[in-house]
This record gives sequence, C-alpha cells and structure tokens, in this order.
Amino acid sequence: MSLTQIFSLAISAILIENFIFVKFLGCCPFLGVSKKIDTALGMGLAVMFVMTVASAVTYLVNTYILMKFDLEYMQTIAFILIIAALVQFVEMVLMKMVPALYQALGIYLPLITTNCAVLGVAILNVEKGFNFIGAVCYGLFAAMGFTLAIVLFASVRERLEFADFPKCFEGFPIALVTASLLAMAFMGFQGLKLPF
Amino acid sequence: MKNIWNQLMDGIIRQNPVLVQLIGMCPTLAVSTTLENGVGMGLAATAVLICSNIAISLLRKIIPNKVRIAAYIVVIAGFVTMVDLLLQAFAPELSKSLGLFIPLIVVNCIILARAEAFASKNGVLASAIDGLGMGLGFTLAMCVLSTIREILGSGTLLGYSLFGAGFQPALMMILPAGGFLTLGFLIALMQYITAKKQEGGAK
Repeated sequence: MSLTQIFSLAISAILIENFIFVKFLGCCPFLGVSKKIDTALGMGLAVMFVMTVASAVTYLVNTYILMKFDLEYMQTIAFILIIAALVQFVEMVLMKMVPALYQALGIYLPLITTNCAVLGVAILNVEKGFNFIGAVCYGLFAAMGFTLAIVLFASVRERLEFADFPKCFEGFPIALVTASLLAMAFMGFQGLKLPF
Repeated sequence: MKNIWNQLMDGIIRQNPVLVQLIGMCPTLAVSTTLENGVGMGLAATAVLICSNIAISLLRKIIPNKVRIAAYIVVIAGFVTMVDLLLQAFAPELSKSLGLFIPLIVVNCIILARAEAFASKNGVLASAIDGLGMGLGFTLAMCVLSTIREILGSGTLLGYSLFGAGFQPALMMILPAGGFLTLGFLIALMQYITAKKQEGGAK
C-alpha cells in the first residue's frame, strides 16, 4: 500500500465513515463510558490498542488458518475467541507492567470484548479484502475515529450537566439527542472527495 | 401460568431491554431503517437468545466460574453462526440487508447480559421463557423504532408507499442522525410515562 492510499484510508475511516456516527459500531461503550472526558479518553486509547492488535491477529488467523482449511464458516467463533483472549492478555500485561493505567481503565478493559466495533473491524477487514498492512491501518484508523467521537461526545456531555431541558429527557434521552446532532455534523464529511 | 405471563411481560414491557434497561443499542440503531429489517433482526436475536439461554442454563453447573464469560461467548457465537447460515440459505435478501450485523449479534449486550444475570442462575424452563420475553421486548422496540423511521424517512411501510408520489420524505430519519434522535425521543416518552404513573400512584 502506498502512503497516499494509507492517508486516504485514514481520512475515510476517521471522518467520512466514522465508526460511531456513520456505521453505528461501538455504540454501547460510546453511550456508557462518556460521562467524563478522562475516562472517555482512556477507553478510546484502550480500544485503539485492542483494535489494532485484533486486526493484525484476526487477519493472520483468517488468511493462514481459516481460508487454508476451508473453515470460513467458523469465522465468527474464531474471531470472538481471539478478541476475548487478546483482551484478557492486555489486561494481564497492563496489570503487571503499567499498574497505573490498569487502575485507570479498570472495569472498561473487559468491556472491550463486547465492543462490537472490535469484532466489526475484524469482519470488515475480511469483507474489504485488505492485505496485512491495510488491515492493521484500518483497525488503527477506525479506532482513532472511535476515540475522536467518544471524546467529542464526552466534552459535550460534561457541559450538559448545567443545561436546562425537560425533566423526562434527563439521562439517556438527552445524550441520544446530542449524539444525533453530532452525527448530523459528521454528515458534512460525506461530501469529501478522495482521490481513491 | 400467571408466573410465566408475568415473566414474559417483564421482558416485553417492564424490563424492556432497549427502552428501559438501555442495552443492545448498536443493532437497534443500525438496522432500524425499515420495518422489515427491524423485525428480521429482532427475530434473529430472539432465536439466539432463547437457544443460548437454554444451553447456558443446562451447562450452568459444569462451567467453571472463572472462565464463564468466555464460555458464554462461545455458546452464543455457535448459535449465531447457525442463524447466520440459516438466513443465508433461506432468506438471502434479508441476510444481505442486515449484512455485518448478523455476526455482530454475538456481541449484542442483551444476550450476554441475560446469560450472566438470568440463565446462569435459573432452571431451563424459566431461562427459555426469559429468553422469549426479552427477545420479544427487543423485537417490539425494533418494530416501533423502525416503523417511525421508515414512515418518516422514506414514506413507506414494509416497502409500500403511504403518501403518494408528492410526498417528500425526510431523508435524515433513515440516516444515523435520525436513529439517535428517534431513540432519544422514545426513551424520553417512556420516562415521561413512568414518571406520570408514579405521580398518580403517590397521590
């Protein structure tokens, strides 16, 4: 893959096809872990790491094991097992090596297993027919888009605490309306024309 | 009999997974663009939910506590693969329009949440009924959401045009922004009704 291709992949994964606002992948942590900017950023970074590594590992497993032995129908099971194992592994490594970060991420780490963005990116990599570098880059960029979205959303939500709105909108509904407005803003990127 | 009814109603209305428990958002928002997709997704998830609840309830004494989440996910992934293959064989159209979101039923939080919170602690029959109730609750939420979005967003229902050729649909409603907006208003309505009921009860 040439550098320009990677660059246009980055623009399209982060802005034009943002995982949350356009593809609706990873909404649960997006809505659940976005009350504070710090935790949102931590979650974003953890997802970024897991998604990049997961893209690499699932690509290798899919190409060299599943496709070689005609086991494509095992894709879902194999991928989710890899992701679950990977998250567990990251958890153990962080606990031993960087206990401070482990403390900060705490409960969010195991949650990444059920983040549909991670499984989604693994399946999309297969569907889009990327090569190894493409798959890893796509995983990283998609996760960057996720992080951008969740941090933006968290910063709006922190301000919402002081806003005045009808009582029945308290909590989740107003967050969803906010997300809707952000999604509308991201629709603006649809007009971007890329060379590839 | 009354117990079973109560349990079903819990899943469908009182503890509705989407509108009250607020879980399982991704598929809810993503595939609710048309009623057909919404119902298809709801029923597929219901099938997986019932099967996985039964299997996990049967295995609950065998699965060691430490690896239970991984074990549940494998069980769920197995059933999802079955549903995926069945849909590809018998409903290729639906399978195509749901696309990525069929394998993603594996990570639907509703299914894992019911396995952890209910099936791992209760008998087979109760778990099956719980699965059915929660599944129908999910399907109901999907139906309401996708009906609103299809009518407003494309002016059709189940593919039939409702308002004639002169109608200009609000395209935004079938785009992601409309999904967030509709769900936000639905949940607000739910909270409003609950609050009114409590007020009435207090008086």
